[in-house]
Parts: sequence; structure tokens; C-alpha cells
Amino acid sequence: MIRIENLSKSFNGFEVLKGVSCEVATGEILALIGGSGHGKSVILKHVAGLLKPDRGRVLIDEIDIWSLSRSELEQLRSRFGFLFQSGALFSSLTVFDNVAFPLRETLKISEDEIRKRVLTALDQVGLRGAEDKYPAQISGGMIKRTALARSLVGNPGIMLFDEPTTGLDPVIAHTILNLIQSIHKAYGFTGVIVSHELSRVFQIVQKVAMLHEGVILTVGSPAEISASQDPIVRQFVTGALEGPIKIR
Amino acid sequence: MTWIRKLGASGLFILRRMGRMGLFFTKTCYYLFRPPLKISWILKQIRFIGTQSMFVIFLTGAFAGMVLGLQGYYTLNRFGSTALLGPMVGLILIRSLGPVFSALMVTGRAGSAMTAEIGIMRISEQIDALELMGLNPYRYLVVPKLVAGMIALPLLTAIFDVVGIFGGYLVGVNLLGVGKGTYFGEMANYIDMQDVLGGLYKSFSFGILITWICCYKGYYAGFGAEGVSKATTQAVVLSSVLILFWDYVMTSALF
Repeated sequence: MIRIENLSKSFNGFEVLKGVSCEVATGEILALIGGSGHGKSVILKHVAGLLKPDRGRVLIDEIDIWSLSRSELEQLRSRFGFLFQSGALFSSLTVFDNVAFPLRETLKISEDEIRKRVLTALDQVGLRGAEDKYPAQISGGMIKRTALARSLVGNPGIMLFDEPTTGLDPVIAHTILNLIQSIHKAYGFTGVIVSHELSRVFQIVQKVAMLHEGVILTVGSPAEISASQDPIVRQFVTGALEGPIKIR
Repeated sequence: MTWIRKLGASGLFILRRMGRMGLFFTKTCYYLFRPPLKISWILKQIRFIGTQSMFVIFLTGAFAGMVLGLQGYYTLNRFGSTALLGPMVGLILIRSLGPVFSALMVTGRAGSAMTAEIGIMRISEQIDALELMGLNPYRYLVVPKLVAGMIALPLLTAIFDVVGIFGGYLVGVNLLGVGKGTYFGEMANYIDMQDVLGGLYKSFSFGILITWICCYKGYYAGFGAEGVSKATTQAVVLSSVLILFWDYVMTSALF
């Protein structure tokens, strides 16, 4: 379970998060929605322990991650999978080696077993045949799918997706969200997904939280958020030009 | 009073940066002595810093030795001491010029690439990805480079010294007519093991200095391409200045 309590964070005097609180139950996926620059990725990085909060706590299975020692935090992080907006693939490694990297470095398993698991993961994301290519030789969609395979290959208990479909064509975007859904069904990870692909994302998540101006404005099921009468939520979900949301 | 405030703020900023640099080095040393060392990563870095720098070291070593031979001959000729050309070239190269030139060449060739590599990994979230796999970026990115620098720099310096001495020989003996036996024979009388070891200690410490500064600058590179390019420039300038400063400190202490 992920629990965020009263999380606040400022950068260069600008307060991005102003006391964010929310909870994701085990096996559930939460969609974090909200305008660009409102701090959604900042929340994900706090959950992953990449950023330290100014105030507040992030609890993973009731353990405050900033109360852990460096080695305990490293151990906890090995339970995480994180799909970065950019993919964050290692440019000097092939697709195969990128996916194999966490297995080779964190698990003591044979090269045959690694090969089997990597090829299965590449099969799942439809990248069989591209294993010898380098990140510079593949498309944006393939980079995202490789990154997805890498984040899932260790069967993580917690998955964090930072805009997994941004910059992709609708078909590839749909494919990636389908993959996330099928892998969630198969492995039942706990997840947080930041996305602007609302209609499709609402079909694969159990809960939605809307972040607005540094606070969680509302939390509910996809159906409740879609039917919300809150003018801010309504404007964001429908994409209307007129409304209380100021463009910045 | 504004200028006092500005001065204080600048002082605090510099102190904070120095503290961060110190902490970076301390953490690197901590992971250096905490197994497991990533041997394959270290070997890869030795190849990059050492083997791939050999051509430039060979070239600069030869020309530095040739210039020393030429300048040294004309200077010593004024005092009728051309017989001391060999020891003069040897001492200058072994004690100072070899370690300093090798370090400057490695900074330009490998140090700048180290900063750019780590900087790009930082801005493209590859370092974050490493951390999220439960892997320590110091162990994977910084320690191998530090160890490789400590091993490669003394070896490159030794090559630079040998090639430089032969460069001086080429000019002094083959072009200007200094006796073959005199060139090398006098060397044995004037150069001792302390000179050789002093030069190697220097190059060892330069290996640490270059990798420390260049990795630090890459690790804390700013945003975007501009941030990486700025970090690379700063790494090369700071490393070069510190090499010359540290050379003075070591020379005072060792010889």
C-alpha cells in the first residue's frame, strides 16, 4: 500500500506541492490527473524516494521511506518499477541488455534464466526481434515499450508510470495502456499512473485523484470523476476552454 | 551594505558547493572500499581512460621531449654543458612535465567525455533509473572511473616520460650531435628512484583529481544540453587549474 501524508515540496522558493495526501490500496491502480506543471511527476518521484519532501511523509506498506537507511531504501526500491516519461534507457546498451540489466545486477540467476525472462518480457511488449538494436536506432514507441519491459521484468510489487503515452501515436498509446492493463491483471501490482489520456486510462484504473495547484482536489472512482460537478474537475475532464482553470 | 550582503551570499554559495564536492568525494571513497567493486566496469574505464588515450600521450610526449631537447641544448650550450642534456630532459619530464601534461591530455580527452556522459545520464533520468533499480550510481558510474584514473594515469605518465626522453634523444643526439652514451649515461648519475616515484605519486593524485572533478560536474549538471555543455567546460577548466595548483603543492612537498 502507498500512503502519502501532507506532502509539501518547494523548488527555488516556489511551492509545487502544498500538503498532498492520498492513498493507493494494494493491487489498485491510481490515476493522477491534473494540469501540466502542477506537480504530478514530483509526487511520483517522492513515492519512489528520488525526492525528499520538505514536509509530510510517504509510506510504503506503513514504512516511512525517509526513515530507512540508504541500503534499506535501495532494497525497497528494488520492489519498484518506474516507467519514465523519456524511457531513461541506457544509451550504451542494446534493447536486450537494457531489459536484462536489473536482473543481472540485482538477482543471482543464471544467464539462461535471464535470457528466458527478458525474451518473455520483450514478447509481452511486442519487441521480439529488436533485442540487438540500440535505443538510438528505435522509435519513441519502441523506447517506451522497452522501458516498460525493463520496469516489469523483475515483477515489481509497485509500478509508477510517468506519462507512459505522451508523444506516441494513438495506436501505440492504446497498445501501451492495454499492456499495462493486461500485466496488471496477470501480476496484480499496486500502481500510480500519471497520464492525460483520460478516457482510456479511466478504463484501466480503480481510482482517480485530481491534483490542482499543489493539492489533491478530489479523489474518486473513474465514474465519479467523470460525473463530477466540481467546475475545475469538469473543465479538466471535458477539456473545455472556459472555466476556472487558468492557463499558465 | 548591499555589497556586503552580496559578498556574504557569494561566500556561502562557494562554501556550499565546496561542501557538496567534498561530500561527493567522501561518498565515492566509501563505495570504493565497500565491496563489490564492479570489475568489468573498471576494466571498461581503464580501456577508455588509458588505452584510448595512448595515441595522444605518445604524440604529445614525443613533441614535448623534442622541444625540451632543442631548448635544453641551446641553453646548456651557452654554459658548455650540453653533456647534461639527458639528465635535464629526463628530470623535467619525470618530475613534472610528464605527470602534468599527461593529466592535462587525459582531462581534455577523457575527463570532458566523463562529464558529458554522466551529465547526459543525469538529464535523461538514467541515473534516477539506476537508483530505482536499487543500484547505487556511485558504485556503477563514479567508483569505476576513479579506480581507472588511479591505475591509468601513472601508466600513461610512464609512457609519456619514456617517449619524451626518446624525443629529446632524437633531437639532442641525432640532430644536434650530443654523444649517445653521454645522453643516457649522465641520466643515471642525476636521476634517482625518488624522482621517478615522485612523478608517479603526482600522476596517481592527478588521476583521482580528474575523475573526482569531472564526475562531480557531470553528476550535478544543470538542465538540458546547455547544462551539460556548461558542466563539461567547468570540469575541464577546474581540473586543469587544480592540476597545476596541485603540481606546485606536490613539488614543494616531494622534492
